[in-house]
Amino acid sequence: MKQYSENNFEQCTKCTVCTVYCPVAAVNPLYPGPKQAGPDGERLRMKSSEFYDQSLALCLNCKRCEVACPSDVRIGDIIQSARIKHSTKKPGLREFTLANTDLVGSVATVVAPVVNATLGLKPVRHIVEGVMNIDHRRIFPKYAFGTFESWMRKQRKEQALFAKQVAYFHGCYVNYNNPPLGQAFVKVMNALGYGVQLLDKEKCCGVALISNGFVNKAKKQAQVNINSIRKAAVENNLPVVATSSTCTFTLRDEYHHLLGLDNADIRESINLATKFVYTLLCDGNHTLKFNPDAARIRVAYHSPCHLERLGWTPYSIELLKLIPNVELVKLESQCCGIAGTYGFKKENYATSQSIGEPLFNAIEASECDIVATDCETCKWQIEMSTTKRVLHPIEILAASLL
Amino acid sequence: MNKQYDVIIIGGGATGAGVARDCALRGIKALLIERHDIATGATGRNHGLLHSGARYAVNDRESAEECIKENMILRRIAAHCVEDTGGIFISLPEDGLDFQAKFIESCLAAGISAEAIDPKQAIALEPSVNPSLIGAVKVPDGSVDPFRLTAANILDAKLHGADVLTYTLVEELIIESGKVVGVKVVDTVTKERSEYRASITVNACGIWGRDLAAKAGVTINMLPAKGALLVFGHRVNNVVINRCRKPADADILVPGDNITVIGTTSSKVPFDQCDDMYVTREEVDLLLREGSMLAPALNYTRILRAYAGVRPLVASDDDPSGRSVSRGIVVLDHATRDGVEGFVTITGGKLMTYRLMAEWTVDLICKKLNIDAKCTTAEALLPGSTTPDAGCKRTTACFSGAKSSAFYRHGDKAQQIDHSTAAKRALVCECEQVSVGEVEYAVGKLGVTNLVDLRRRTRMGMGTCQGSLCAARAAAVMATTSGCSSAEAKSNLKSFIAERWKGMSAVAWGDTLREGELLSWLYDGVCDLSNLNTTEE
Repeated sequence: MKQYSENNFEQCTKCTVCTVYCPVAAVNPLYPGPKQAGPDGERLRMKSSEFYDQSLALCLNCKRCEVACPSDVRIGDIIQSARIKHSTKKPGLREFTLANTDLVGSVATVVAPVVNATLGLKPVRHIVEGVMNIDHRRIFPKYAFGTFESWMRKQRKEQALFAKQVAYFHGCYVNYNNPPLGQAFVKVMNALGYGVQLLDKEKCCGVALISNGFVNKAKKQAQVNINSIRKAAVENNLPVVATSSTCTFTLRDEYHHLLGLDNADIRESINLATKFVYTLLCDGNHTLKFNPDAARIRVAYHSPCHLERLGWTPYSIELLKLIPNVELVKLESQCCGIAGTYGFKKENYATSQSIGEPLFNAIEASECDIVATDCETCKWQIEMSTTKRVLHPIEILAASLL
Repeated sequence: MNKQYDVIIIGGGATGAGVARDCALRGIKALLIERHDIATGATGRNHGLLHSGARYAVNDRESAEECIKENMILRRIAAHCVEDTGGIFISLPEDGLDFQAKFIESCLAAGISAEAIDPKQAIALEPSVNPSLIGAVKVPDGSVDPFRLTAANILDAKLHGADVLTYTLVEELIIESGKVVGVKVVDTVTKERSEYRASITVNACGIWGRDLAAKAGVTINMLPAKGALLVFGHRVNNVVINRCRKPADADILVPGDNITVIGTTSSKVPFDQCDDMYVTREEVDLLLREGSMLAPALNYTRILRAYAGVRPLVASDDDPSGRSVSRGIVVLDHATRDGVEGFVTITGGKLMTYRLMAEWTVDLICKKLNIDAKCTTAEALLPGSTTPDAGCKRTTACFSGAKSSAFYRHGDKAQQIDHSTAAKRALVCECEQVSVGEVEYAVGKLGVTNLVDLRRRTRMGMGTCQGSLCAARAAAVMATTSGCSSAEAKSNLKSFIAERWKGMSAVAWGDTLREGELLSWLYDGVCDLSNLNTTEE
């Protein structure tokens, strides 16, 4: 169907199925739901900015409304675009700190042990709440002592030996908090005969900048990434692969839909790690050697919202199924509630935890050893709210290799 | 109810409501009688354009001058019914610029500000405008909501002592010794008959005035001219766009509330069609074809519905052929014209001049009744517009859309809407943001008796879904508020859905057809509304 109105908002028949699937509307009566916040509200806002409703800030941009919509309306995009266009709220210190993952990360990794220890202290978390309105119950992800990028630089020669290459978009989380995931990705790719290289220049994908109101900065960073990816994908003909489902989604869709940037020529080159690996394993030319002695583990897979929006959840699930020592439990697809930086904000904490509660209960009831998911913020939320450890499917795969 | 009045006004359009209000403000005891709801005739079936008068400037200086004067008055007295969108008259390559010079000159002569701007400025002012335009003129057009305007006049008339009967049909004029002395009416719902008497009876029935006059043995030569219009799903333009050429079909695009309207066509129709107007395929084609010359986006914007009204054009009395038509105001004192005392007809004119039409009529009434009272309707603010900006303050982060919408619709009267509890704030109509509180206010204070009336007062069901989602909720709230039986509520719902579909059917393709499918699936498939037993259970 040819798209005539921005985000297809005119195609809405008002069936309201989006609101039925909205995790926020289900737990927070202050949020009118995606139908009203999105296409309904857009009609009013076309008349005047005065009809912009501050409750749109309660949208966690999970895009489950878009997955549910039978009319292909980009409801989540309508809401986020309206926030960008009409919100008069200026981002503050909290938004700055949460959004600038690159800047904060590069400082924190230098003094990681101190930062981790300090942020772990209860009195400090209360001060953070008082000063920045970040909920004191929220546990911060630990920072790594040294970045993934610095580790990768040491591997450059060795990785260059592989005839086939992929460019890896690692994202801030792998770089500053969890280099082992990046290392696991390198291990898996090497086992498949691929060398891994970094992009010329990688910036934070910008998802946190967008949701915290720093659109201009997000655009600048996005342009840097688009240029780097273009060089890798178009000039050097390399697949670009990311482990984070949210980074992947942002690079592919949000750049164009929310920031208005042209990424059409590179969009199809941006791939998610699980999909890339699974596709290779299916082509008949690639195999992996698994460790026969690996301990049997029961893994519960949680599908992140943005992965659902990409429509790629089955790749992660099928990949996990290929691992001989994994006994897979598929959790019902639902939002964990954190939505990136959303759940860190004091005013959203209760909403965030109420949204996640059914998932937390399902995880505990699954009697799994480990939870698997493709999204780092889902991992933080689940680790904070359940007794389980959370790993990326690629980490589980890497650990099971011979 | 008092059965003796000074004046009985027949017809609840803008003109009749204006006459009732003018009478009431001058201390004349008036009764207004309307066979349906208020604003159901031509009043509710036009563009909702607050004419600057520019359209008439070249050919009809008198109408143009009346328009601009009334335009300025309405902006003041009916601020909550009017939106100052501004307007442009664009010249396309095929029009040339010859007309423009004459147009500007005529506007200025009529007292209408008209400023030529270059095409780039026009595009900056209104991005949806046809980019191939070669010239544009800025004029003080705006939009006016005829339902609100009529309702506000009715409300003020009542506040000042007038009585209003809707769903009451005048069956006969009571004529005693050559003088109209009253009316025999029937309540169209209860079928009860009654009589009312007055010194003067005013015929404000629009095109239907011909039939009423005939009841007094008077002939008025009228020509029903049908005008069809299309409603688009959202605002395409925020500035009124007109074509700078001799007035023709489909050359005005008006942003009204949350929608845009293109119109109109003009065709003669027989009198027997005036009660049930359908928009034809040819009219839809013509409106789209010409409309997209003003704003190309119309070609691919969802059309919500089509509707048509009948202009009450009056042939000049000295032209029996009926060809010489005036669009000006026509006040007929049938005593001097036809020897029938106590009977006055007000017709011709246009929505823009309803107040002036009322003023002239009531001036005549005063003269006939020997009453010395000056008209104050040009200064007295209408209810809803007395305290600008009242109630528009946002109090909660949530719900501001419904609050702002209620204020947009009812002006300062929105303060009377009970939004104190979550139940009252709950939305009945989500597209147009109509709350339970607003429905209750409309039923209680604005004389709403059924869902179609409710739509005219609140816009309930006028949005994208055309009632798919809200009609059942509204029927339930109305039934609770008015205490009607469930059979009545169901029958009410059935008529409302039928009325919505009538407007959609003329443009039922694409998304509108999908919407119609949902509507039918919900009300026929799930609720089995077609087969509902609407007799008493």
